Order: sequence, then C-alpha cells, then structure tokens
Amino acid sequence: MTDEAKTAPADRSLEAKLRRAQRRRSLNAFLLVAPLLLFILVVFAGPILSLLYFSVDDPKLAEVMPRTAEIVAEWDGAELPGEDAYATVVEEIRAAYEDRTVAAAAMRLNYEISGFRSMVMRTGRKIRRITGPPYKEALIGLDERWGDIAYWRAIKASAGPYTTRYLLAAVDLERKWDGSIGTAPPERTIYIDYLERTFWISFWVLAWCIAIGYPMAYLIATTGRRLSRILLALVLLPFWTSLLVRTAAWVVLLQNKGVVNDSLLYAGLTDEPLTLIFNRTGVYVAMVHILLPFLVLPLYAVMRNIPASQTRAAASLGAKPVAAFLSVYLPQTLPGLGAGCILVFILSLGFYITPALIGGASDQMLSYLIAEFATRTGNWGMASAIAILLLLSVAALYPVYRGLVRGAAGFRFG
Amino acid sequence: MALPVNATRGQHVWYWCLRLICAFGFLFLIGPIVIVVPISFSAGSFLSYPLPGFSMRWYDAVVEPFPWMFALENSLIVAVSTTIIATALGTLAAYGLTRADFPGKPFVFGLLISPLAVPLVITALGLYFFFARVGLVQTHIGLIIAHVVLAVPFVVITVSATLKGFDWNLVRAAESLGARPLAAFFQVTLPLILPGVLAGAVFAFVTSLDEIIVALFVSGPAQLTLPRQLFTGLRDQVDPSIVAIASILIAFSLVLLVVVELLQWRSAGQRSRRED
Repeated sequence: MTDEAKTAPADRSLEAKLRRAQRRRSLNAFLLVAPLLLFILVVFAGPILSLLYFSVDDPKLAEVMPRTAEIVAEWDGAELPGEDAYATVVEEIRAAYEDRTVAAAAMRLNYEISGFRSMVMRTGRKIRRITGPPYKEALIGLDERWGDIAYWRAIKASAGPYTTRYLLAAVDLERKWDGSIGTAPPERTIYIDYLERTFWISFWVLAWCIAIGYPMAYLIATTGRRLSRILLALVLLPFWTSLLVRTAAWVVLLQNKGVVNDSLLYAGLTDEPLTLIFNRTGVYVAMVHILLPFLVLPLYAVMRNIPASQTRAAASLGAKPVAAFLSVYLPQTLPGLGAGCILVFILSLGFYITPALIGGASDQMLSYLIAEFATRTGNWGMASAIAILLLLSVAALYPVYRGLVRGAAGFRFG
Repeated sequence: MALPVNATRGQHVWYWCLRLICAFGFLFLIGPIVIVVPISFSAGSFLSYPLPGFSMRWYDAVVEPFPWMFALENSLIVAVSTTIIATALGTLAAYGLTRADFPGKPFVFGLLISPLAVPLVITALGLYFFFARVGLVQTHIGLIIAHVVLAVPFVVITVSATLKGFDWNLVRAAESLGARPLAAFFQVTLPLILPGVLAGAVFAFVTSLDEIIVALFVSGPAQLTLPRQLFTGLRDQVDPSIVAIASILIAFSLVLLVVVELLQWRSAGQRSRRED
C-alpha cells in the first residue's frame, strides 16, 4: 500500500497507459473472435435453443379455428358443451374448409385421437347440409362422434397456444382431460423403448470397443517404432474413410450372398447363409468398426507417454503382473480411456445412418424417430421433444466424464 | 512389448491372448476396406468372390453425368466453399483466442467447439427449422452454412494447437520494425502456422465431403451430394457401381491420411524446434 501511495504521477500514468494498451489488446482479440462467435450464436446456438420453443409451441388449431379454441379453453370438460360451441365449430369448419386451411387443424387433432383428421375432413365436405340451428343435433347427425365427449376433450387439449403433450409423450406420458398426468395409451408408449434401446446399443458398442481397443492401443504404444507406425496407419485409414463408405463395405460383406456368408459356407462352418444384416448383429459390427478408432486414438495418445520402466519397477518391487497393471498402468490410462469412452458413447447415442442402412425395424435409435417426425410426418413438436430427450441424455454424461478424469487425477497423485 | 525370458506360464497365455485380440482388431478394422476394393473391378454384378473376371465397367457407370458426376460436382462446390469460409473464420477466431485474454474466453471457446458435442441429428433438426423460416431449405447456400457450423470447430482446435507453439516475439519484432498488424499476420504469423491452418482446412473439407445427416434434412434434389447418393443407392439397390465409388473414396482417404500426417509432422517439428 505504502509503495503504491509513493508512486510518482509519471509512473501512474505509465501504468494507466499499460492498462489501456492491455484493454485494447483484449478488445482486438475479442473482435477477431466476434465474427465466428456471432455466426455460431445465430446459426447453431439459436436454432438448438429454438427446439425448446418448438417442443411446446401449439398454434395450429387456434390459427385455423380461433373462436372454437377460445370457447373450449373456458369449457370445463366435464359434460358435452352447449349449443354455442357447436354453432362456432360448424361456422369455423365451414369457413376453414372453403379457405382450404382445415387440414392443418385436422392434422393437429389427429395427434390426440387417430381418426379425428378424416372425421373433420368429412364433416367439412358435408357441412353444406347444415343450414340452421339447432347446430348440436345437426352436427351429431353428420357424424355421431361429435356427440362423444372424448373428441371435445381432444379439441380442448389442442387449443394451444402452448402444450406439454410432446414433451410428455416423449417419455410415454400424457395429460388427461382433468389435468392429471398418466401413462399414455399402449400404442403411443414406444418412446421409452427407443431411449432404452439407444442406450443399450451404445453401451454394447462401447463395451466391444473397450475390449478390442484397449489391447490394440497398448500394442501400438509399447511395440517397436516401425511396427507401431504401421499399426497406427491401420487405425487411421478407417478413421479417415467416409462413414458411408464403411457402412457400404459392411452392407456388401454381410449380405446373404456376401463375402462373409460365402466364406463361411466355403469353409463348411455353416450349411446355410446366416442372417447378418437388417438385424442387431449387423448394427453392432458396423458401429464398432466405425467407432473403434475414436477409442484407440485417445488411449494411444495417453499410453505413449507412460514409461515402460514403471511397470518394471512395480514388478521388481514384487507386484504380480495383474497387480502391477491394475495399480500402476491402468490408473494412468484413465484420462485417455475416459475421453475415448465418452466420445464413442456420445457419438453412438446419435447414430442414424448406420442403423438405418444395416439394422431392421427393431434396431432403430432415437435419431431415426427425430428424422421420421421432422422430414416425413412434419410433426415439429414431437421431433423437437425427442431431440431434447436425446440432448439431455448426452448432457447428463458430461459430469460423468469430468468426474472420471478428476477421479483419475486424484488416483494418480493421491 | 516383448516377453521377459523368465515369464511364467500365465504370462505366456496372457501375452498370446493379447496378441490374438489385437490381430483380430486390426484385421477387423482394415479388412472390410481392403476386401471391397477388388469387387469394384469385377466383370459380374455379384458382390462376392471369386470374381468372374476383370473389368472397368462399374467405373464407366461412375463417370456417367447422372447421378454420380452430378453428386460429385455438388459435393465439391459445397466442400470447397465450406473449407474457405470455415478456415477463414476459424483461423481468425483461433488467432484472437490465443493472442490475448478477454472476459469469458473459456466459455467462448467452449461455445465455438460445441457443434462437436451435440449429436448431428439435433443440429440437423435445429438448422432445418431455422432454414425453413428464413428460406434456406433446399439451397446450396443453406447447405454450405450448415457445413461451416460442423467444420469450423476442427479449424479452431487445430489452429489453436499450432498457435500454442508460436513465438509471439516474432510478431512483436515485426511490429517494432514498423509492420502494421495485418502485414505482420500475413507475412510473419500465417507462413509459420500454415501447416496447422492447412490441416484444419483438410479437416473442414473432409467434414463437408462426408456429411450426410444434415444434408438429408436441409437439402433437396438439386443439392444431391455424394453421401446422399450413396445413402439412396445403399437403401434401394446395392450394385458394384456403389463399390466403385466407395473404392475411389477409399483411395482419396489414403491420400488425405498421408497429407495430414505430413502436415502434423511439420507443425509438430516446429513445436519441438521451439522447445529446444
């Protein structure tokens, strides 16, 4: 403190100048980063965050039939609504049918009860027959399902502007008409199955990658220089080869009349071709093949720096080989193993192309559902909700990874 | 990993088990890639051995204007544009990130490389919705923007790693001799970090050339790329022309492997020279 107080004014201005120069350098550095930062924020972070919005956004019915949406929002859902509700529905279906906007609302209603879409479209076609009150009887006369309270509750659930149905449906739940949350009907409880399957496939792919990849990385790291380079190239070539090319190779090899089956038949190991493709076996084989380099390379990078003298020292101090490996070698490889595992697991959670080409109907993962909903059925809400489910699964794994690496560091130095 | 002379029986068993697993692993990795290549030269249309004879007929199918050459053209347009934009933006950002500290720098770095950590299908979905609203679905520009998002983290990581070994005194020297910052960058910094920048560019190029999931979401028939045509071909009808295009791509990855190894070897050499 006293030193600072004694500083001459000239020094202080020098200090201020220095600080100003540093600030300018910081600003310049930030300005260099700014274009990319802006780009990533607008084109990547924004769209990812917008998935949250699309998973609850529910504007369709209210856009097409605004007054119906208002009326059912106020209706308590206990008994069939009154004449004014029926009158509004008749009027708005008539208008929407003429404007050709009714299909969007009908599609939304169909998410609640399947068959609702065709019911609305048919009502639209015949709506000219209704000429005056009482609208309730007339509408039920067109289609008696208009007298079923379940359909009115479906309209209430679709009234928007926001809904939790997609997020709940992604975990096999639904909101009942009275506001309580319960299990969805059996034909819609498929999403938890997909989630479990996605994790299960990823888990087995990871297990195989560790079982094969750990010894491979060990061999590359500990063998002679010449052989090590060749073996590393054998890992790097597939790593650099296109994912689709490698998937194509497996499609060719695993076919019923493919190389693998022909070889097995030729060698007399089987009498008839095995089914190796369009099932789980094929998916595991191809996914392990594609992801194995992602485990081997980080492991090798860590193992390369572990001196062989350490294991020898442990052995000379009386440690049995297994004990020396477990207490001296393995802990030092954990950061590389952790990095490799998290990479393989996260990549496999998001796999889409390989299961789509090599798997059967029961081998598809969450990504497949997202693609189906987004590009085939155009159900943005459901696609977003499942994407959020997948994103949360991936995010949940990062603390595990950090804990693993920190645990490894503690193990080494503690 | 040689076995000591006084190894026990158990150690022998372990040693050979390990070798066996490794042999299986390396064969498994390289086998499929090696086995499919000769099939592309088959005279027949079966995708198995023994080959009925040698012919280039499947390569003739590949050089037909549609679909493969059309897909190749699109792939190259998109990949080259992606590479130029991603390399420029990524190098600039990496330079800024290593040049000086600013508040929130670790967070910014994390954000810039976050496209690597998000499953591709989620990125694809977000981009699809975004492009649908701004009218970029089924356009070349949309596909290029999407690929820049996916490719730019590789450039940032590679160039940042190269800049870690960079001697900033050289820039100070240039500036003290009167070079303006831009001149100092292009005449001093860039030539020295060029191997890293080129390695990043190769990563960006491959990322775009190999990308399929985002392409399936945001592109249309006019933006047919090689991976999309491969995907369609594999789903509908697998014939040896697919194997022929796969073989060409395998040869291409072999070239890339050598190029990247050389570049990394050069930039590593630069780093170690500096450490000496």
